[in-house]
Amino acid sequence: MVAPKLDQAADINNDLDNRSQDKPEVQRGLGIKNVDKRYGDVQAVKNVSLQVNAGEFFTLLGPSGCGKTTLLRMVAGLELPDNGQVLLGGKDITSLPASKRQVNTVFQSYALFPHLSIFENVAFGLRSRKIPQNDVETRVNRRLEMLGLEEMSDRYPHQLSGGQQQRVALARALVNEPEVLLLDEPMSALDARLRAQVQVELRRLQRKLGQTFILVTHDQAEALVVSDRIAVMNDGEIIQHGSPKEVYEQPKTRFVAEFLGAANLIEGKYTDGRLETAIGTFDLQKQPSWDRDRGTVAIRPERIQVIEQSPPNNGLKARVREAIYRGTNLDLWLEPGPLRVRAAAYHNYEPGEEIWLELPQEGLVILDE
Amino acid sequence: MLVWYGELTTQRNLTRRGLGFLGAGILWLLVFLVLPGMVLILVSFITRGGYGQLVWDYTFENYKRFMGFSVFGWTADYIIIMWRSVWVAFMSTLICVILSYPLAFFICSRPEKKRYFWLTLIIVPFWTNMVIRTYAWLLILAPEMPLAKLASFMKLIPPETPLYPSAFAVYMGMVSIFLPFVTLPLYSSIERLDWSLVEAAQDLYASKLRIFMQTILPQTLPGLTVGVILTFVPTMGMFVVPNLLGGSKYMLVGNLIQQQFGTSRDWPFGSAISMALMVLTMVSLQLYRRRSKEVDVI
Repeated sequence: MVAPKLDQAADINNDLDNRSQDKPEVQRGLGIKNVDKRYGDVQAVKNVSLQVNAGEFFTLLGPSGCGKTTLLRMVAGLELPDNGQVLLGGKDITSLPASKRQVNTVFQSYALFPHLSIFENVAFGLRSRKIPQNDVETRVNRRLEMLGLEEMSDRYPHQLSGGQQQRVALARALVNEPEVLLLDEPMSALDARLRAQVQVELRRLQRKLGQTFILVTHDQAEALVVSDRIAVMNDGEIIQHGSPKEVYEQPKTRFVAEFLGAANLIEGKYTDGRLETAIGTFDLQKQPSWDRDRGTVAIRPERIQVIEQSPPNNGLKARVREAIYRGTNLDLWLEPGPLRVRAAAYHNYEPGEEIWLELPQEGLVILDE
Repeated sequence: MLVWYGELTTQRNLTRRGLGFLGAGILWLLVFLVLPGMVLILVSFITRGGYGQLVWDYTFENYKRFMGFSVFGWTADYIIIMWRSVWVAFMSTLICVILSYPLAFFICSRPEKKRYFWLTLIIVPFWTNMVIRTYAWLLILAPEMPLAKLASFMKLIPPETPLYPSAFAVYMGMVSIFLPFVTLPLYSSIERLDWSLVEAAQDLYASKLRIFMQTILPQTLPGLTVGVILTFVPTMGMFVVPNLLGGSKYMLVGNLIQQQFGTSRDWPFGSAISMALMVLTMVSLQLYRRRSKEVDVI
C-alpha cells in the first residue's frame, strides 16, 4: 500500500525538478481551450479560451457571478468543464483530479486546517506526498521565513490575524512549488490599508519566485497593481485581455470602460471625420469601425482638462453641479452630461460656476459597439 | 449597577434570578439522582440478610464477590460478564459509527426538503417502545422467518432453530436501537461541514484516508462524541436486549444487576455491581476523550 505512494511522490518531485526550461514559455504555461460550464439554466462559463504564460501574473477580473471563480476552480481540478480542455505545460489535465495536479490554490476563506499548527498546515502538502521529515522541515521553514511567519510556526490558525492567516495560506500553497499558483480573491477579507500593502508584497513575491500566478478578483485597483496581464470577464465570457495599461486606457467596450475606473461615455454620430454629440463636436484619433455611423466614445475623468478659455478644438463649456473634495484631487460633476472630471485639489470651484473643458483627441477612446 | 446584554440591572439581581431559574432543576437532580446515588454507594458496603433484607453490617464482601472470590473458591464469571459488556458496548458503538457516517452523508446530500423525510425515517423507530421493537426482532429471527431459514441453509445454525439467543442477535438489537443516537448528532455536524477544507486537502495531494482523518473527522468530532456517549453509556447497562435476544447464553452486566435487584433479592451485591459499571463507564469515556485528542496527530 505504501510503496506505490512513494513512487508517486517521487514522480511529482521529478516533475518539479525537470520542469523543462527549454520548452517555450507558451508551452510551459497554462492553456484553456473552448471551455464551457453550465449549472442548471445558468451558463457560468461560455466558450472561454486563454493562454497564461509561464512566470506571468495573470488576473481574471470581473463582477461577482461572472464565472471567474468557476474558471479558476476548473484549473484547480475542483470543477469539471462541460466542454473544452485545460492544458498545463502542453499536457491535457482536464480530467486529472485536483490531488494529482501540480497546481495549488489560496482559497478565499484560506481554508486553513484549524486543528493543525501553522507548521503542520504549511507542511500538509509535503506530508501528503510522503516527503522525508528533514526535507519537510527545511522547505516549510524556508517558506515561513520568506513570509515572515517563523515566529508563528507553533501557533494555531485561530490565534492569527487575518493578514497572517492569508500569508499562511500562501505559504501552504507555495511550499509545494506549484507550476501555477491560483489565488481566489485572497485579499477580500483584509481591510483596505492592509490590502494595498499585501498587493505590493504579492507582486514582489511573484517577481522574486518567477512562478505563474493566476488571481481572481473583482477589485479593479488590485488587478491593475499586481498583474502582468488582465482578462476582464462578464457573463461567463472574456470581454478583453491585455496589460493593465491596455485594458485601462484602451477599453474595447462600455462594460470594460465602466468596470475599470470611472469613464465618461459620450454617444454621437460620426460625420465628415468628426463626432457630433449632444454636448459638442469632437475630433477623433482614427475612424471608428462602427457598423452604422453612430456609436460611443469613452474618456477618463483625469484625461479631461479644465482650461482658462476656449481651446482651438474639442472644447466644451460646462457648468459645475457639484465639487467633491477627495484629498488627492477634486471630483467635478458637470452639466451638460453628467460629465465627470478630475481636477486639481487646490483649486476651488463653486456650484454654478462655468468652466471650459478640453477633451483631447488621444483621451477619447472609441468603443466597439 | 451593570448593563447585562442591554438590560440595566445589578449583580445581586442577576444572582437571585439565576438561582430562581436553576433551583428547581438542581433540587430535582439532588433528590432523584445524587441522593439515590449516595444510597447506592452506601448499600454496596452492607450485608444481605437471610430473606433479602438489608442488614447494616459494613463489609467489602460484595466487591470481593464481584471480583470472583466466594466460599466455593475463585471464579471469573462476573469479570467475564463485565468484560463482555464492555466489548459489546464498544462493538455496538463502533458498528453504529461505521454505519452512521455514510448514512449521515447520504441524508446531507439530499435536497433540503427531502432531508426531513429521511430524518423522519430514522426517528420513526423512537415512536415505538423499545421492548416492543425487541420482541419484533424475536419474530424476525424466528425459525419460520427467512433470515433463520437462510442461516440454516448456509449451515450456520441447525435447521428449525431460531437465530436467538446469540451474540449476533444482541448486536443486531443494540445497533438497531442505538443507530439514530449516532446518526442524528453526526448529521448535524456533517450538515455544517466546511467543504472548503476538503477541497484544500484535495488540492494539497491528500489521499482519501488522509482527507477523512484531517478534514472530516476533526470537524465531525463534536457530533461523533455526542453519539458515542449516547450509545456507549446505555449499551453498557442495557438489559432488555440481552435479556430477550441474548438469554443466559450471552449475559451482560445489565442483566446481572437486574437479577440481583429482582429475583435474587441481593441489593447490596447489585449495588456493588452498579458501582463497578459506573466506574468502568467513566474510565472508558475518559479513554475515548484521550484518543479523540490524539486524533490531531494521526
